[in-house]
Amino acid sequence: MKKVLEGSQAVAEAVRLAKVSVISAYPITPQTHIVEFLSEYCSDGRLGARFLRVESEHSALAALIGAASSGVRTFTATSSQGLALMHELLHWTSGARLPVVMVEVNRALAPGWNIWTDQTDSLAQRDTGWIQLYCENSQETLDTTLQAFRLAEMVNLPVMVVLDAFYLSHTYEPVDVPEQELVDCFLPPYDPKFQVDTKDPRAFGSLVLPNAYMEMRHNIAMAMEEVLSIFPEIEEDFAGIFGRRYGSVEPIACDDAEIILVTSGTVTSTSRQVIQGLRAKGEKVGLLKVKLFRPFPSEMFRRILRPAKKVAVIDRNFSFGASGIFAQELRAALCNLPGHPPVFGYIAGIGGRDVTTDILENIYWQTKKNEVPEKESIWMGLQEVDHATESS
Amino acid sequence: MQLKVPEREYMYPGHVACPGCGAAIAMRLFMKVMGEKTIIVLPACCWSIIAGAYPQSTLQVPIIHSAFETGGAVASGVRAALDIKGDTETTVVTWAGDGGTFDIGFQALSGAVERNEDFIYVCYDNEAYMNTGIQRSSSTPYGAWTTTTPGQEWKKMRKKNIVEALVAHRIPYAATANIAFPEDMIRKVQKAKEIKGARFLHIFASCPTGWRIPSEISVKIARMAVQTNIFPLYEVEGGVKYTINYTPKEYPVREYFKLQGRFQHLTDNDLAQIQEMVNEDWELLLRKAGELS
Repeated sequence: MKKVLEGSQAVAEAVRLAKVSVISAYPITPQTHIVEFLSEYCSDGRLGARFLRVESEHSALAALIGAASSGVRTFTATSSQGLALMHELLHWTSGARLPVVMVEVNRALAPGWNIWTDQTDSLAQRDTGWIQLYCENSQETLDTTLQAFRLAEMVNLPVMVVLDAFYLSHTYEPVDVPEQELVDCFLPPYDPKFQVDTKDPRAFGSLVLPNAYMEMRHNIAMAMEEVLSIFPEIEEDFAGIFGRRYGSVEPIACDDAEIILVTSGTVTSTSRQVIQGLRAKGEKVGLLKVKLFRPFPSEMFRRILRPAKKVAVIDRNFSFGASGIFAQELRAALCNLPGHPPVFGYIAGIGGRDVTTDILENIYWQTKKNEVPEKESIWMGLQEVDHATESS
Repeated sequence: MQLKVPEREYMYPGHVACPGCGAAIAMRLFMKVMGEKTIIVLPACCWSIIAGAYPQSTLQVPIIHSAFETGGAVASGVRAALDIKGDTETTVVTWAGDGGTFDIGFQALSGAVERNEDFIYVCYDNEAYMNTGIQRSSSTPYGAWTTTTPGQEWKKMRKKNIVEALVAHRIPYAATANIAFPEDMIRKVQKAKEIKGARFLHIFASCPTGWRIPSEISVKIARMAVQTNIFPLYEVEGGVKYTINYTPKEYPVREYFKLQGRFQHLTDNDLAQIQEMVNEDWELLLRKAGELS
């Protein structure tokens, strides 16, 4: 049924439909609406889950490590500082092969305090063994959250569904909320591959000597690799039932494009409009939306980007001392491909600043104008800042 | 009344503890009461090692090893999952050392206890970070040498009173226990097992390696800690009702200190000062228990 929902409520609806058993969370702006909705669902019986109102994000994930080890479906949501606080346990969750699903609302890190959108928080967790899926709108957020449970449970790895603060979490849009019976067909009850059981006592997460640890890590690497083929299958099933599909990456007008913009999150929606305008002016421009970031679908990128003359990556994040993170990953994916197009890196929208159509057009024209990138990253829309100077 | 120690063992013969380890004795006695319907959450501590390396395990019940500071939280999650599954028989236990309880894990413990999570939290206390090599914790007593309080830097702060901190949360049941008093410990574990809500057991567990004592006097030293009032045996119900379980005869703390390498630097003056502290603490406890007005 179509309803006008806030992005946060779309997440909560998906969690309700997924019949999660244990939710654990700590409040942080702009994640709060998600857990408020879920608290209500648990309180009025729309969702038969235990809701643990823990004393920190660290404990929120720790509690889910306990619950997931006990063989039930689990969920949490966080953002920014909260995700950073969870860092140790992000590694623990994937190392323990627990299919926890978390919605992460992209928000800038302090200082200075900034509650607006910025991807550095989630991208800083790229090496923790979590699958990461970036969403563009509320419908995709709802759908992806449902898919995340199935994916996590198939490969026994945790999944992070990522959405932009406010632009997505607090924006109302029409959303098709699927019927429970259809969701039940797509997402059967959780059947854990292992769990603590007093009738079959085992020790989980114990000391591992060098003779076995490496194999365990290799198993995680193989499970990650499997995601590249399993996620499209899950999407296929999803499309068969609900008629919607997004793709691990989505190429838009890329076939004959000479310059391809690469985006993720809500910037993609603005970029769709920009490339339409540019195409109307006869510019051969395409757009590539990245949804699956971990595992990184390198092969898809190579296939789609190879024919282009130039690639322009828009990063709403930055790795100090290096460059935008999506740009880094793309360069790494392309570097062994002979004659690959040069990758132009652009930084935009840090700390929630608007990424306007003007900025995106500007990025296109700059890329077209230059033969090769002038720098690893070009910061777009920087204002002149009066730096504090010593008064004489 | 004396209770018999149950014969059934829940530890396999063989573990990775040092000889004379009080923590190994503590678990052995504890599990005899708890039995097979128990899930142990084991945050980083000596027992992370004692329990054995993959794929072996010393315990005959399931263990979830967890990060250092997560004892209270992981147990909350296990309990929530068991509740949802309708398993009311299994008891969830967090088994943590003093570092993971008094220090890094205190927030998660406080949070869990404030929510009155239905689990037993056991702190086996060997008064320092023994797993990493005898570094001071907030449980290390006044006067002790450790590898991070060496030479003249011996610890000059009192040991944190963890039971009082828990009692301040109005926890349903908090008790001290000691490996040298097995009947008392077994009775308390039995009592804790039957109570609903958050329960806390503070078990004194000597560490021959860290205390610089021969392993064969491990139990004797633990007994002396009770006899000298350094570690009184008592329990607190509902955060208010204090019961003292053992009232020692006069026994100077000096006797306890002189047997341990970690206190050898203390002067007569230091020992006199410590004796005063111990007397003060005991008096305070007697008042709380209504045995002294």
